[in-house]
Amino acid sequence: MLVIPCPYCGPRPELEFRYGGEAHIARPEDPSTLDDEAWGAFLYLRSNPKGLHAERWRHIHGCARYFNVVRDTISDTILASYKVGEAKPDMDALARILAGGPRAAAGEEKSK
Amino acid sequence: MVETAIRTGALDALSARAPAIAAASLRTCPPASRFNFRGRPEAFGPAGEAFGVALPQTACRAASESGRHALWLGPDEWLLIAGDGEAAEIAAKMESALAGLPHSLVEVSHRNTALEIEGSHAADVINSGCPLDLSAKAFPVGMCTRTIFHKAEIVLWRIAENRFRLEVWRSFAAYVWAQLEEARREYGA
Ligand SMILES: [Zn+2]
Repeated sequence: MLVIPCPYCGPRPELEFRYGGEAHIARPEDPSTLDDEAWGAFLYLRSNPKGLHAERWRHIHGCARYFNVVRDTISDTILASYKVGEAKPDMDALARILAGGPRAAAGEEKSK
Repeated sequence: MVETAIRTGALDALSARAPAIAAASLRTCPPASRFNFRGRPEAFGPAGEAFGVALPQTACRAASESGRHALWLGPDEWLLIAGDGEAAEIAAKMESALAGLPHSLVEVSHRNTALEIEGSHAADVINSGCPLDLSAKAFPVGMCTRTIFHKAEIVLWRIAENRFRLEVWRSFAAYVWAQLEEARREYGA
């Protein structure tokens, strides 16, 4: 089971959480000006990276808040956890931490 | 013919047959008045003052004052517990103190039922269905949180070193009780 650090409650077991998809997807301010393709991209196109991924989680069986996590999709290592509204962390810096960390083997499979 | 509604506790029948196990004794708590309070920071102070317990601002902490309890559930959400039959008075007092401040105050007195588990193996019994670290360091006395017990959401509150209160949704209560009962029998005499 993953241990996910909630920015409000601290480290908690995965089963208290629900996944919320990719983070930092802003809803277009004026949807009526978008063509179908652009609207479809907002709704459905996601980056799906092999490596670091900024994603939303909800601590539904805890404080019930949404927050953001940066997770390595290869090793499931969680490198950052931050509140909604806070800036996305420096992903390159996190990638360097991952490469040098205890799970370096998993992290090094992916070099971009 | 006058019909009188008789309210029975969700666990009355089960608790009547519970064996005495000192290392993990299980009992139901008396009926209580309960509210779920949510609001903006401007409302936290007046809400606590009107309720009679300052709402704890520290994550996962409970505060008590003269038989009333405020349990932190989220950064803008608390579970308020008071004596049975006090709900109307509390609601009126809080609503007048919070006039003009956006908030929600929902009475959930009968949504929940509460039980307590006490004894040297109380934490072990809870850990049979809840993976939280319940060591005194990670989960000290006064800590409370929503969490999961087996498949049911509960609010877990450590009242004393070996004593926990579980706030359970009424419809989940028999399930939670049965799981606790099964786990604690391991520690029976
Ligand atoms: Zn949380």
